[in-house]
Amino acid sequence: MKKEDVPQDLGSLGKITREVCYATDSDGKYTTQLSSGWEVKAQALDLAWQDIDQRVATAKQKVLNKEASPLLFFMEYRLMDASILADYTGFWQWQIKRHLKPEVFDSLSDKKLQKYAEAFNIKVADLKSMNVHES
Amino acid sequence: MRVDFVHRQSAHCESGVTSSLLQNIGAAKITEPLAFGMGAGLFFAYIPLIKVNNGPAIAFRTFPGLIFKRTCKALGIPIVRKKFSSKAEAEKYLQDALAAGSPVGCQVGVYYLSYFPREYRFHFNAHNLIVFGKEDDNYLISDPIMELPTTLTTYELERVRFAKGALAPKGQIYYPASGVEVTDDTIRKAIKNGIKLNVSNMLNIPGWFAGVNGIKFTGGRIKNWRDSLGLEKSGLYLAQLVRMQEEIGTGGGGFRYMYGAFLQEAHGFLPNEDLLAGSEKFTEAGDLWRTAAVLAAGIYKGRLGSQADFNQMGDYLIEIAEIERKAFTGLKNIKW
Repeated sequence: MKKEDVPQDLGSLGKITREVCYATDSDGKYTTQLSSGWEVKAQALDLAWQDIDQRVATAKQKVLNKEASPLLFFMEYRLMDASILADYTGFWQWQIKRHLKPEVFDSLSDKKLQKYAEAFNIKVADLKSMNVHES
Repeated sequence: MRVDFVHRQSAHCESGVTSSLLQNIGAAKITEPLAFGMGAGLFFAYIPLIKVNNGPAIAFRTFPGLIFKRTCKALGIPIVRKKFSSKAEAEKYLQDALAAGSPVGCQVGVYYLSYFPREYRFHFNAHNLIVFGKEDDNYLISDPIMELPTTLTTYELERVRFAKGALAPKGQIYYPASGVEVTDDTIRKAIKNGIKLNVSNMLNIPGWFAGVNGIKFTGGRIKNWRDSLGLEKSGLYLAQLVRMQEEIGTGGGGFRYMYGAFLQEAHGFLPNEDLLAGSEKFTEAGDLWRTAAVLAAGIYKGRLGSQADFNQMGDYLIEIAEIERKAFTGLKNIKW
């Protein structure tokens, strides 16, 4: 890639920092050039997030339909599968799967709910109500 | 408290941290591409059985942690590396190291890394940054991918040092011992050593899913994606390939440009024309990886999507595999 071809398409990262790219100058010698982003990869990232947003929306509907507990919503929202959540909370994966049932979730102690809230970086009240405050 | 340290921005987190820490102890010639090459950083692997973020597991670089380890070893620099089960102990060790005047490399997870844009925060636990001081409750952070130094509160740093999931950092910190002199002779040896190891990793690794064979294999698989996965899912898979290739930290072109830069710099220490020829080949490979990414974007944006487009995508990778095979074979045959 030639230095002048290093893309400068402003993306979400470009607003915070530009990134270093390796490119060649007119003599074919390698040098570094700062890039504020590339459309092609911004679109790849957008697509990944569209997929996540869709998963979150599906999960929310399931919770509203009482087919799953709010745990499912926050797992999708925080991109956590049962294995990551188990590592964060100290629960076993089979326990988490049980807690995904609304009736089991409703009977959880505050102490257990607190563990989930901490893993998701939210308050227990928000865990129950599926409230999301931060961006 | 602030130790003597200069922030340097780099393309890739681990080679950047390695280069910064080494330059800081006086090995001023160890640039990022040199660290990347000495650490045999270039790689390719596609593991169909493992899923990452609901997509394929694809890597363009070697396993996390190896670049720092190999580079220091090749240069004869002893390293301190420690993991912790206790958060308090991890914090104390960090403070002690800073008090002793060492900037310290930390492995962290990016999901709760507060200064990253939200779009970039996935559960990826092998990011690297340098801590070089503490003021009030704020640790001073040199993140190599950022233009400027930044800060994290004690709680924020603890949270990312103890991120959970695959490759959990477990508070890992590392830094090179100071007081070791790095001569040009040592650098020459380390360059040869790194090239030999990278040649072997890319050409001789057994199995069909890694090295240049892995690139070729992936090309063949991609041709089937449209039928086996459907258009929507194969679009997501291609997007994941492009993200691994072009996301922050690659220096562009799936690290191929950085390796090209390494071979040019290597030529400065070991004037062998084959190194320059190799560098040109990796530039060519990087360019073709990017051409493939543009086609992939056409598919995942829905502008393209016929079987012919998938065939073309697969053929790009097969062509890249051949370019890289020739490049590494050329490096393998160098008479040092």
